[in-house]
Amino acid sequence: MEWFNYLSFGAQGWGDELLSGLAITLALALVTLPLGLMIGMTTAAASVSEHKLPRSAAFTFTTTIRGIPELLTLFMIYHGVGLLINKTLKWFDPQAAFFEFSPFVAGTVALALVFGGYSGEVLRGAWQALDKGQKEAAQAIGMSRLQVFRRIELPQIFRLALPGLGNLWINLLKDTALVSVIALNDLMRMANIAVGATKKPFLFFLTVCLTYWLICIFFEWCIARLENRANRGIRAA
Amino acid sequence: MFELLIDYGPRLLDGAFMTLQLTFLSVLIAATLSLPLAIVRHSGNRIWRAPIRLYISFFRGTPLLAQLFLVYYGSGQFRPELQELGLWWFFRDPFYCALLTFSLNSAAYQIEILRGGLQAVPYGEVEAGIAIGLPRSLLYRKIILPHTYRIAFPALGNEIILMLKGGAIASVITVLDLMGHTRRVFSQTFDISVYFWAALLYLVITCAFVLVWRQGERYLTRHMRRSTHQSSPTPASVPTAEKKPTPAIAAEKMEQPTHAS
Repeated sequence: MEWFNYLSFGAQGWGDELLSGLAITLALALVTLPLGLMIGMTTAAASVSEHKLPRSAAFTFTTTIRGIPELLTLFMIYHGVGLLINKTLKWFDPQAAFFEFSPFVAGTVALALVFGGYSGEVLRGAWQALDKGQKEAAQAIGMSRLQVFRRIELPQIFRLALPGLGNLWINLLKDTALVSVIALNDLMRMANIAVGATKKPFLFFLTVCLTYWLICIFFEWCIARLENRANRGIRAA
Repeated sequence: MFELLIDYGPRLLDGAFMTLQLTFLSVLIAATLSLPLAIVRHSGNRIWRAPIRLYISFFRGTPLLAQLFLVYYGSGQFRPELQELGLWWFFRDPFYCALLTFSLNSAAYQIEILRGGLQAVPYGEVEAGIAIGLPRSLLYRKIILPHTYRIAFPALGNEIILMLKGGAIASVITVLDLMGHTRRVFSQTFDISVYFWAALLYLVITCAFVLVWRQGERYLTRHMRRSTHQSSPTPASVPTAEKKPTPAIAAEKMEQPTHAS
């Protein structure tokens, strides 16, 4: 029962601290998702382009981002961009104070890039799986390019890409744990702090694991429902 | 940018070697673990299937970093007990802890991959095997497992690459792999270029691995290609006169299964 005391809310326990960490973890994932989807959509659009340059740019981006560890991407963004901003500031104004690059922003950018790289491939697959005749039909009745994309292509891309995007979303949730390494006070780091104070590592890391597990199970259930809804008009094979 | 490579290049290579060691050892351990578990998961009885499902769900539903902390730091909470059991030397060492965690994690993913492979084995072939009286062990060795691994091969390659990249977090518990050395060099020099060199090394390793794995896939599916000589470009060094008779033989050989099916 002593274990419950450690996890209780209030001044004695660490429950409220862990919960604040959980809020940051979820906020990070939710902010990253639209950003990552935008990057992914751009990448997919580039890789189905008729021109060679955007295609090879998209290929380079997806291969690179998928070939290096997420942790390395995170450090490159956090330290690299941080240093770059400081150098630029110093160049404009040698007296400028040291600019602290926010770990939340760095985490968002890095995770969005990773999500973008992977979802770019998923979305490209969905894009290429579309029925070509539909696009031609839409053009034939005089829809503009944007209209074809918005009314014909996008809704179907969403349906076809949903299983892949669902997996990526679960991965994103798990990858948010990495930002604890650059000192963002997410769930993982709050547990670290609690362990430092209480010397009960197993208890707190098990709690963290179970929390992530619950979140993942919940979202898996949500994704399954979304998929059912997205496929409601489709005859099963 | 290049001076850094001269000063710290050997250390990065050391790290890359450690990364490779950690990845392939854990993937190998996971491979031996996952095969029997996948068979039970696929066709065992329900009482055995439930704990395996739980195991898979847990390891796939939690971050690798949290699992690593649970094993490495979490074991510290049971230090007296572990010392009594004579296991403390194992849990004290970050490399062993990383190895244990990665093996368990990768095994969970590999079980699911192999299960997919087992499900896709054409049942007629299994029935044929039973009909000619193959014992169970031979049935698995000659019919089911070759199919399973052939189907699972690309997915297993993906899993190994994921492990290679995921392994970078071992640096957080002070394992000096490629990422660990990179972080250490950065903290000494504050030179961003070390990250780029590390990224390049990781890319080279993954690309090399992808190429090797693709060759393996070609080898495993060599009987499924129509003609071995049409699909593979003829090496320029081989004289064409010597090469000529082979396509005809190959075509003749390949024709038989097409007729049979």
